[in-house]
Amino acid sequence: MLITCPYCGPRDVSEFTYQGDGNRQRPAPATKDLGAWNEYVYDRINPAGDHNEIWQHSSGCRMHIHVVRNTLTHEITDTRPARGGHPASRHHGAKS
Amino acid sequence: MAEYSALALLKNALTGNRDWKPAWRKPEPKASYDVIIVGGGGHGLSTAYYLAKEHGITNVAVLEKGWLGSGNVGRNTVTVRSNYLLPPNTRFYEFSMKLWENLSHDLNYNVMFSQRGVLNLAHTPAQLDDFARRGNAMRHEGVDAELMTPAQIKRLIPAIDISGNARFPIYGGLMQPRAGTARHDAVAWGYARGADRRGVDIIENCEVTGFLREGDRVVGVTTTRGDIRAGKVAVAVAGSTSHVMRLAGIDRLPIESHVLQAFVTESIKPFLDTVVTFGMGHCYINQSDKGGLVYGGDIDGYNSYAQRGNLPVVEDVMSEMLAMFPSLAGVRLLRSWGGLCDMSMDGSPIITTGPLPGMYLNCGWCYGGFKATPASGFCFAHTIARDEPHELNAAFTLDRFHRGILIDEKGQGATPRLH
Repeated sequence: MLITCPYCGPRDVSEFTYQGDGNRQRPAPATKDLGAWNEYVYDRINPAGDHNEIWQHSSGCRMHIHVVRNTLTHEITDTRPARGGHPASRHHGAKS
Repeated sequence: MAEYSALALLKNALTGNRDWKPAWRKPEPKASYDVIIVGGGGHGLSTAYYLAKEHGITNVAVLEKGWLGSGNVGRNTVTVRSNYLLPPNTRFYEFSMKLWENLSHDLNYNVMFSQRGVLNLAHTPAQLDDFARRGNAMRHEGVDAELMTPAQIKRLIPAIDISGNARFPIYGGLMQPRAGTARHDAVAWGYARGADRRGVDIIENCEVTGFLREGDRVVGVTTTRGDIRAGKVAVAVAGSTSHVMRLAGIDRLPIESHVLQAFVTESIKPFLDTVVTFGMGHCYINQSDKGGLVYGGDIDGYNSYAQRGNLPVVEDVMSEMLAMFPSLAGVRLLRSWGGLCDMSMDGSPIITTGPLPGMYLNCGWCYGGFKATPASGFCFAHTIARDEPHELNAAFTLDRFHRGILIDEKGQGATPRLH
């Protein structure tokens, strides 16, 4: 699996560390609703198909990136810097 | 259907093996059942078997998308053990071990259960201390465990490298002598035959495409072979859990599906008569009766439904195997494959009523579901029949994550790729 780091170009997957599901939205720090935090920490969509993910180019530039990868085929259709938030979160009005 | 026995073998040998009957029927699905089990893997089949045997519930259908044995029950590395630290796991897996010890007799089907031992290698003094702690916890629960010295390990496994020059020198190990291996296909076939003989319908090539609902209540399934109604619908689909539960409107679960690869070499002469695990990383290896070395390592570490993995993990597993057994460098790899693991957020399973009325859920086996097959089916059958968990799966709830009562055997937190 090759992942195209937006900073470094295409690199082997062994240079990257998987940081998991990029769909999750961390509740605002002052959130007191325990359910919202539990959902953030434990619950996953886990789709069979396109999946928004966060990877770190840990053996390269060490930057975090957003990746859209198909979990059925491992095909990667989009990579971009994580800085600025995930494309999905931008639709929800988060700061970019 | 006739019992399998030495006499039957002899009789059929003398008559040209013409009279063997199929081990299970191929029935058409009925319009309704008391219980539908979604998933004809090891856990689904054993659940059907124990529903019939222990609870007298025989109006049961097991629905399998593909053919029996096409999923994880035919893809694992066949290891059976009960060497856990935390009491809910120790008790559950030890109960499973006891079912394994009588399984061939119980099923009248040879599952080739071989108690050849499982040895975990320790490569630092701290790791050996940790193993001693786990061994003591096991013995406290009545499970067998022995610490071994490098010299004892060398006597047991002559090919292993215990020299100080090894990349990760071996300080000792924790052995569970009653652990071992079983023929994975035979487990699926034996449970299928046992359930079928008690009246369970096993329906292959029947994919569940949705759930029939009356209000909140699940009252059946829609399938590629028509609608089937049921009093109770039980889901045991391992790596496909999130996908299937989404059909019932459950869109988030404490589960990630990951791919685990396994490998087998060409057949070689008798080389290894126990199961060994490498402790500085993750690699486990045994030799099949055909002579092939069967081994695997960590999951690839990212969400996947692909049933195939990537090369970095292959390289990692090979290097760990060679660190233990340098003499295997010339042995050729015959095949590799992948299976889907339902990684839970604490590394422990879920066997529970719900999450919807009329529904029952069995998942979260991570990459260790094979050894659990008998106990999982036994406890899930109890949960379905009685509408409450057996004491052995009372801790394996779905809501334990939100309630903060996790069973985190490895202490890794909610990071599925690390369990």
